[in-house]
Amino acid sequence: MSGVRVLVGTRKGAFILTSDGHRQKWQVTGPHFGGWEIYHIKGSPVDPNRIYASQSSSWFGQVIQRSSDGGLTWEPVGNQFGYEGDPGTHQWYDGTPHPWEFKRVWHLEPSLTDADEVYAGVEDAAIFRTRDGGQSWQELRGLRACQGPKWQPGAGGMCLHTILLDPQNPLRIFIAISAAGAFRTDDGGLTWRPINQGLRSEYIPDPNAEIGHCVHRIAFHPSRPDVLFMQKHWDVMRSDNAGDLWREVSGNLPSDFGFPIDVHAHEPETIYVVPIKSDSEHYPPDGKLRVYRSRTGGGEWEPLTKGLPQQDCYVNVLRDAMAVDRCDPCGVYFGTTGGQVYASPDGGDNWAPIVRDLPAVTSVEVQTL
Amino acid sequence: MVRVILPLHLRTLAQVDGEVELAVEGAPTQRMILDALESRFPMLRGTIRDHATQQRRAFLRFFACNEDVSHQSPDEPLPPAIATGVEPFMVVGAIAGG
Repeated sequence: MSGVRVLVGTRKGAFILTSDGHRQKWQVTGPHFGGWEIYHIKGSPVDPNRIYASQSSSWFGQVIQRSSDGGLTWEPVGNQFGYEGDPGTHQWYDGTPHPWEFKRVWHLEPSLTDADEVYAGVEDAAIFRTRDGGQSWQELRGLRACQGPKWQPGAGGMCLHTILLDPQNPLRIFIAISAAGAFRTDDGGLTWRPINQGLRSEYIPDPNAEIGHCVHRIAFHPSRPDVLFMQKHWDVMRSDNAGDLWREVSGNLPSDFGFPIDVHAHEPETIYVVPIKSDSEHYPPDGKLRVYRSRTGGGEWEPLTKGLPQQDCYVNVLRDAMAVDRCDPCGVYFGTTGGQVYASPDGGDNWAPIVRDLPAVTSVEVQTL
Repeated sequence: MVRVILPLHLRTLAQVDGEVELAVEGAPTQRMILDALESRFPMLRGTIRDHATQQRRAFLRFFACNEDVSHQSPDEPLPPAIATGVEPFMVVGAIAGG
């Protein structure tokens, strides 16, 4: 390993943070695409110099940027995300039908095998794929056939925010939508089915409904893609059968509301969350920024506080703003709405800010080089 | 030549400084100017007009000869001063947001 590259999306541009394998000294470049919202920026696992960024603005809409030199230079590629066929309507906040409208790309997931292939999760919720490096995008419409007219937006919009590509089964993809729930395809995206059994959400008319759960994020370890971890609106959940059934593993967390969840690179049972006080107070309990780590795959959690502010801290950590590297020991990273990006080079035991004063951080991804 | 003034972010995206000059035949309309602009700068497609509907994006306005022509038909001829390049066609972003 020669180092790590942390790709940071913010409300006002993208930043690239680089360091050697010690992860003590950092170089910061940016802003790239200054003034634009960067919901997500992620590199290809096939070619780390190939990076894709979702650049958007209320004024100018969606742009997709592509770099082939590790983020030194960029070129805009295709930005047309047209739903296949007549998309019809989904439910609006008040339960009335509302036309499906593309708003932005929340998440870009480069293929595990082809640097020109990328999946895009968008608002209003749908999944698109490019096979030509982003020049053109085609919807995998079978997802919306999965009770799409019943889907309803969460407070942040009806976004498809998580895409997990199964490294052991190229036909299997997991996705999550706020506030429709989690879904899985086993045929490469032709057909999908909800995987929400076991979730319970008191804030919807039927707490055990097949769809309608506000899933904030799901994650797995690449060596065990059938074991899924979920940060739901409230509740931290786990499935041991690829989402067929979930059980709660919130355990002793001070709050089980939150956004990100991630898995240690070398310990499949070690997971991380950032508890947030409540859905109406998007900041940490007691003004203390604490990452919680479970070494038992949930249920038993320990607070990680060294180097993190333990008083007067009222930032949030958004769903795509946590990532791990593959160094040994594993590095853990997260960004806050206060513009800090924190790094731990030792699995969460010790933390230090890489930068403190960026715009609000929307996403953090890490490349181990 | 028709002169076009773009907002900062679109100039950056198109990698141009200052005004853009476009060759537009005949009496230019909004649609003709924007078609020519997007043909020369494909990265601007979808940033001024919606890809599918070709409707002006909500937070943008079009000005010609100091008049807001945003609500005119996109096929209505613009004033002669635009055609001759005496006055620029302006794409203006709303002063809004944070």
